[in-house]
Amino acid sequence: MIRRPLRPLARILSARARGENPDAIERENRRLRQEAQRDRARVLAEGRLLMLGVAFVVAFAAIGARMTVIATAEAAEPRAAASGDAIEASRADIVDRNGRVLATNLVTHALYAQPHQMVDPARAARALAAVLPDLDPAALLRQFTEPGRRFVWIKRRLSPEQMQAVHEIGEPGLLFGPRAMRLYPNGAEAAHVLGGAGFGREGVSAAEIRGTAGVERAWDAWLRDPANGAAPLVLSLDLGVQAAVREVLGAGMRLMNAKGASAVLMDAMSGEVAALVSLPDFDPNGRPSPLVEGDPSDSPLFNRAVQGVYELGSVSKVFTAAQALELGLVGPETRINTQGPLTWGRFRIRDFRNYGPHLSVTDVIVKSSNIGTARMAMQIGAERQQAFLRGLGLLDALPVELSEAPGARPLLPRQWSEIAMMTISYGHGLSISPLHLAAGYATMVNGGTRVSPTLLRRPGPARGERVVSEATSAIIRRMLRETVTRGTASLAEVQGYAVGGKTGTADKPRPGGGYYSDRVIATFAAVFPAHAPRYVLVVTLDEPMETSGREPRRTAGWTAVPVAAEVIRRAAPLLGLRPAVEPAAADALIRVRN
Amino acid sequence: MRGVFYVLSCLAVMGLAWWAYRENYATQESLREVGRLQAEIAWLRESLAVQRAEWAYLNRPARLAALVALNFDRLQLLPMEAGQFGAIGQIAYPPIGGALGRSVTLSSDGEGAP
Repeated sequence: MIRRPLRPLARILSARARGENPDAIERENRRLRQEAQRDRARVLAEGRLLMLGVAFVVAFAAIGARMTVIATAEAAEPRAAASGDAIEASRADIVDRNGRVLATNLVTHALYAQPHQMVDPARAARALAAVLPDLDPAALLRQFTEPGRRFVWIKRRLSPEQMQAVHEIGEPGLLFGPRAMRLYPNGAEAAHVLGGAGFGREGVSAAEIRGTAGVERAWDAWLRDPANGAAPLVLSLDLGVQAAVREVLGAGMRLMNAKGASAVLMDAMSGEVAALVSLPDFDPNGRPSPLVEGDPSDSPLFNRAVQGVYELGSVSKVFTAAQALELGLVGPETRINTQGPLTWGRFRIRDFRNYGPHLSVTDVIVKSSNIGTARMAMQIGAERQQAFLRGLGLLDALPVELSEAPGARPLLPRQWSEIAMMTISYGHGLSISPLHLAAGYATMVNGGTRVSPTLLRRPGPARGERVVSEATSAIIRRMLRETVTRGTASLAEVQGYAVGGKTGTADKPRPGGGYYSDRVIATFAAVFPAHAPRYVLVVTLDEPMETSGREPRRTAGWTAVPVAAEVIRRAAPLLGLRPAVEPAAADALIRVRN
Repeated sequence: MRGVFYVLSCLAVMGLAWWAYRENYATQESLREVGRLQAEIAWLRESLAVQRAEWAYLNRPARLAALVALNFDRLQLLPMEAGQFGAIGQIAYPPIGGALGRSVTLSSDGEGAP
């Protein structure tokens, strides 16, 4: 670069000659040089700013263009990544404990129309009504020709044959959208457990399946979660046993002229429910709509085994006896005063028949004495009774995996008074569901550890906290067995399975107050085999009446017990229980030695 | 010397371009293949689900019970009972004659014959 000197000699000399100050020339040149420098710097800065601006514009344009592309392009799955089992868009299956399918999905098609694409709406409406007889051609035509209408749903589900027939109409305005449909291949078996499913949000190309009741609703989030892969939900039910129990219970219900029935078959150790039946039932493939008027418990949707809370009567005496034994207040042979009637205030407690002045505790259970049980309860006291029943889980909603379970709370007396305590001791004044009862019995007989019922298969044995001692549990088992061998449940004897159990016949409460004299709930709570308990069965019949005798018989011993015996006869071999010879009663041996 | 170098690098660039072009199309072809296979897998899964549903439907307890009742003359099937459980000791051993013995003989005959 050529630098111009600040003091050019020629101009200095001539300035000096003119007598001017040569410094002025230097200042002038210095100024010019600085201005030139400033101009250069400005041009450079402007250039940089321009570059920066261009870079920003390009960057924003690129981002904008990419956003436009993403926003307008069809979504596509990453194709290069390998997809294994992980991507399974549909709802998980539900299977029983042996892997037999209880609920699965089926792809069907929904039919919709786009009227503006239609060639001949009148012909299409006529042809559609011919294929699908439940449609009204006039209404269809009205929908098709309505001005401005561009979309009409015609049918939610089509069978493949119907779809083919609609194809053959050849109308371009009739279109199909794929639909996954929930299918219950076994029909009404386990209907109350499964519940049912319906469509949630719906689009043209897919619809969301939502559980509407039962396990489907309680486990809705899990079933829909794609993170579970293709793993099915494994229930504790055994389909074969469930079907056998349902068949026998249905026959028993008809034979005993009952209006409803329920059965719960539960593993006494783990609380896994092997069969849960409530009759009348329904087909979950076409779940009926709930009743809008009348008693909801008359609907087939009502799950008597879980939602139905009843005063279950004498079956509850076992809990009182167990607590009295556990507290050491009585032994199995302690004499209890059963002189009747027992008067408390204005209440009088009577027995079904007079059992004489004294009965042993065992006989109070075997013969089912209300007075004897109430006397034991008086020794226990209200507070301890309440705590014991709460410890058994009988005063809280069941933790079972059904959407109906949290709503089915036991009905407790408003005030746990002396008389409430006495009536609760023999099963009146406290309403619980048959499933509660089954869990309570399982706890009593399995050695005394708490059982919480579950409908899911448990991976391993799980023992709950201890409620009663091993010894008390053994005494209770012996009492239950004796009730069958020589007491009120003599019809429950099943060869090879040593059934033990307790009957309960409770008058049904009137809606207005008081009790019906000719309507009962008959219950039989059984355990088999009594010497080594594996399963607990609770059979409940609603308003049974056995008419083979001279006058109608309603007590559980004549109604629920034979039905339960038949259930055990059918179900026990299916559960893989080998018939066994009952070991000789231990107490008899002790007596011999004495 | 420099000319040779230019020619070689030109050839290399052309070769690489041709290779990239081919790879691009091969990748696209593979992606299409993967898409086709995944569609086929989805279709097969769907038909598997249909088969399973159909199997469960055809083996539903109500239908089996009806079939048992219908074919009672031939099959004589009755509900399983406690009396049908047996002890190991009740089974005769070694099996003499009977279906089992004959089938063993037949299979060994089949082995001998080519």
